[in-house]
Amino acid sequence: MKRRIPLLLTTLVGVIFVVQFFVPHKPFSDMQGLLSDWVQIIAAFAIWLGALNLMRVSAENVQRRERNWPYAAIIIASFLAISVVGFFFSGGTHFQDPGTPFDWMYQNVYNPLSATMFAMLAFYVASASYRAFRARNREATLLLLAGFLVMLGRVPVGDKLSGFLPEGYRLSNLADLIMNIPNKAGQRAIMIGIALGIVSTSLRLILGIEKSHLGGEG
Amino acid sequence: MSLLDRMLTLDRRWIFLVVAVAVTVPLFLHLEQKIEITQESRGVFEGLSGLPAGARVIMACDFDPGSAAEVQPMAIAFLKFALSHRLRVIIMGLWPQGPMQADLALRDALRDPAVAAVAPQYGIDYINLGFQSGNEVVIQRMGSDIPMVFPRDSRGQAIAEFPIMENVRNFDAVAYVFNLSAGYPGTVEWVQFAGDRFHARIGSGTTAVSAPLYYTYFPKQVTGVLGGMKGASEFEELTGFKGKGTRFMLSQSFAHIVMILFVVLGNIAFFASRRRKRAGETAA
Repeated sequence: MKRRIPLLLTTLVGVIFVVQFFVPHKPFSDMQGLLSDWVQIIAAFAIWLGALNLMRVSAENVQRRERNWPYAAIIIASFLAISVVGFFFSGGTHFQDPGTPFDWMYQNVYNPLSATMFAMLAFYVASASYRAFRARNREATLLLLAGFLVMLGRVPVGDKLSGFLPEGYRLSNLADLIMNIPNKAGQRAIMIGIALGIVSTSLRLILGIEKSHLGGEG
Repeated sequence: MSLLDRMLTLDRRWIFLVVAVAVTVPLFLHLEQKIEITQESRGVFEGLSGLPAGARVIMACDFDPGSAAEVQPMAIAFLKFALSHRLRVIIMGLWPQGPMQADLALRDALRDPAVAAVAPQYGIDYINLGFQSGNEVVIQRMGSDIPMVFPRDSRGQAIAEFPIMENVRNFDAVAYVFNLSAGYPGTVEWVQFAGDRFHARIGSGTTAVSAPLYYTYFPKQVTGVLGGMKGASEFEELTGFKGKGTRFMLSQSFAHIVMILFVVLGNIAFFASRRRKRAGETAA
């Protein structure tokens, strides 16, 4: 029973969503609306569940003094700080309004920290490109050349360097050519492959063949 | 220690230092750069510039501060262009930080003299509907009932109170969707659900990493794609609202050159060490 009811629900919801896609009329359109509202509600609860779970795991890390526990303590402190500021220190206005402490924290703490994490990628990519981006074989050389042309062709300096070439043969044109023909062809092939994989997995779920989402073996 | 050995064992902190110099020094230089416009960027501009005054456009902000360096200049240029051309902008986000980034972009846009001249009003000319959980299901639901998905704006006021939301039932009331995307959910989901299913016209502004994937939708499923900071600078050039996208392109140019130099040096060291190893094996 514990497995049959969830399986039945999966099949029912899956069939409704498939049917409403092809028959967007009542009663299927109403069913789709109702189920979509449920998804939004469940997703909202999932955010809370995720936040509370993060707190629980972090609190356990601190309590047991596990490896890197100070980071867990920082997570708890940051979570509490921004929550308390957002809930209780908005001075009668909405917490996101300009000038509130929450807005200040978002702009001056969260924003630069988050941007810094992403910006560090540039340094690691440079280091990796020096150590790992090698023309070891034919495929790697092709990749290297393509990367070379796109990197130069996608910045204004590329056309400065190839300005002596006739219009249409400059680095920006070569970069466009690479992005529009081999890149698009490869990406579309991958996307079609992924779509077919999703269709087959969805069918397995709807038909009750795939059961791994219930926690058992598939 | 030979030069080759030094190259092979180069401390990565030297690489970090060179990258830091290459990125920061150009910020203080004032060199004019000619921005070449790609057809993908032109597609976004043409999709937008053909709209009549009063047309509603959705600015879907699906990004966070991590990708703001590339995407935020697009948001600012979009808002400046749309508001100064009297388009009515509906802001929303499937990422929690998206609508907050839009608020920051709005503050920038509203200070621009061209925007200030038309004095756009909240609730009449623009509105921020905030974040909604549910990813692609939110887009699907918007296809049938936008007020059901967003009954209130980001500040908790009922959307029925705002003239901009009058008679907005679904995507039929929206002339264009501009999605600022940094991953999932993002442009892929907007194309699959709003575009393919409900025939919404979509333009995408995204990070340089995601752009190659989104180019596959151009020109039929999206009118255009702005890819990374280069896309932002092109859009700024097209709209006439030059900002950080254009200003930071010089840093990007220098960073790319440094990266290419590192690849070349790395390969020289690689081939030289391989030759030395082979010579050693032959001698043995």
